[in-house]
Amino acid sequence: MNRLSVNHLLGIKDLTKNDIELILNTAKNFKEVINRPIKKVPSLRDITVANLFFENSTRTRLSFELAQKRLSADILNFSASNSSVKKGETLVDTVNNILAMKVDMIVMRHSSPGAAIFLSKKINAKIVNAGDGAHEHPTQALLDAFSIQEKLGSLAGKKIVIVGDILHSRVALSNIYCLQKLGAKVKVCGPQTLIPKYITSLGVEVEPDLKKALEWCDVANMLRIQLERQDIKYFPSLREYTMLYGLNKEMLDKLSKKIIVMHPGPINRGVEITSDVADSKQSIILEQVENGVAVRMAVMYLLAGRQSD
Amino acid sequence: MKPRILLQDNQFEITILRLCHQLIEVHGDFKNSVIIGLQPRGVLLAKRIQKVLQQLLKSKNISCGELDITFFRDDFRKKELIPNKTSIDFIIEDKNVILVDDVLFTGRTIRAGLDAMLAFGRPNDVELLVLVDRRFSRHVPIQAKYIGITIDSIEEQNVKVEWKESDGKDKITLINK
Repeated sequence: MNRLSVNHLLGIKDLTKNDIELILNTAKNFKEVINRPIKKVPSLRDITVANLFFENSTRTRLSFELAQKRLSADILNFSASNSSVKKGETLVDTVNNILAMKVDMIVMRHSSPGAAIFLSKKINAKIVNAGDGAHEHPTQALLDAFSIQEKLGSLAGKKIVIVGDILHSRVALSNIYCLQKLGAKVKVCGPQTLIPKYITSLGVEVEPDLKKALEWCDVANMLRIQLERQDIKYFPSLREYTMLYGLNKEMLDKLSKKIIVMHPGPINRGVEITSDVADSKQSIILEQVENGVAVRMAVMYLLAGRQSD
Repeated sequence: MKPRILLQDNQFEITILRLCHQLIEVHGDFKNSVIIGLQPRGVLLAKRIQKVLQQLLKSKNISCGELDITFFRDDFRKKELIPNKTSIDFIIEDKNVILVDDVLFTGRTIRAGLDAMLAFGRPNDVELLVLVDRRFSRHVPIQAKYIGITIDSIEEQNVKVEWKESDGKDKITLINK
């Protein structure tokens, strides 16, 4: 199959293994493109994309914007903080007004889980979910899978542990779906209060001890503590969290094999990961950022080319 | 209409050999010339030409790249197109480039190829080599300099080129869609 089974990228849950492999293979070609002396291709020159960011973002927004520019798309940037949303306009009205200006694709980040799915039912444009609350962040999961694949080859049978604030993390959920569909084994690790109660129903194991988790895994994906989403205290102090779930160089060096360390950013240096680990040879944090552009190019290229059913 | 064989086996090899001799006439020892095959099927022809040239010139230094033009096509939104690999590990700035494709039909692929190639530098000179030229069917003003075989065909027909390397035999067939 050489086409996506979906019209929008709302979450990894809706994708088939075939879809994921198609996106990752296409991303390989785009990675070659963005390393050329002239990094631009004209594929999306007839497409206008609106980037709607109802929630703050640096990496994702820049990465999407750069991907669009590399594909020669026209871009509209919108952030909620200085718009009519403040005046009480609803999401559907805001988007419909933007679409009235003949926009073909929407990239949206929103703090409410399901916002992208809701929008896809109301409007007629391709939608890419750039993170909806604590629900999904599909392009992050795809770029994580791409980065692991680049280092380890196939993901089948590989062991990945996701460490930290699983409860509030859209990255964790999308990663679990994506890695499992590609045949990897996933464990989550973190304080009991930050592990969702029904997480095992997704087929992942919970490992409360970070040392044991690291000994088991090939790849450790360290997540940030999302203080902005925590309405109550989930652990006594950041210092205690760091002592139990922070990754440092000494722990890495004690392991019997060299594991790969990932982080979706932004990093809180000295909390979930120490500086010497973040900057070490085992860390692929900056490769993740580079791959993010290629993966997002692939997603938008494939969606734009897709004929609606 | 039955499929018609246009070229095969020995004739096929003679045609390739003639194209290589024509290239040597113009490009000499290929010091400043490079071959670029268009994905997917032009690459097979480019590789074959590279191999024959290396034998004829007794030289290993003939650069041959693979260029994918998917992102530069003008019919992208009309059908879903999946890209192939691009691999050009040399700089084409100021080089004489020989673009290679198996069949020249509407010329749109070559048009996209010219665009795609510019991402790797500004060549001194670009020539086009094709194995089959389906004349009188061009949509854009593009002609090949080196032609294996010229044929007359209608739009309802397809030209199928098979290669020893991938299909087990060298053969060009004109078939009806």
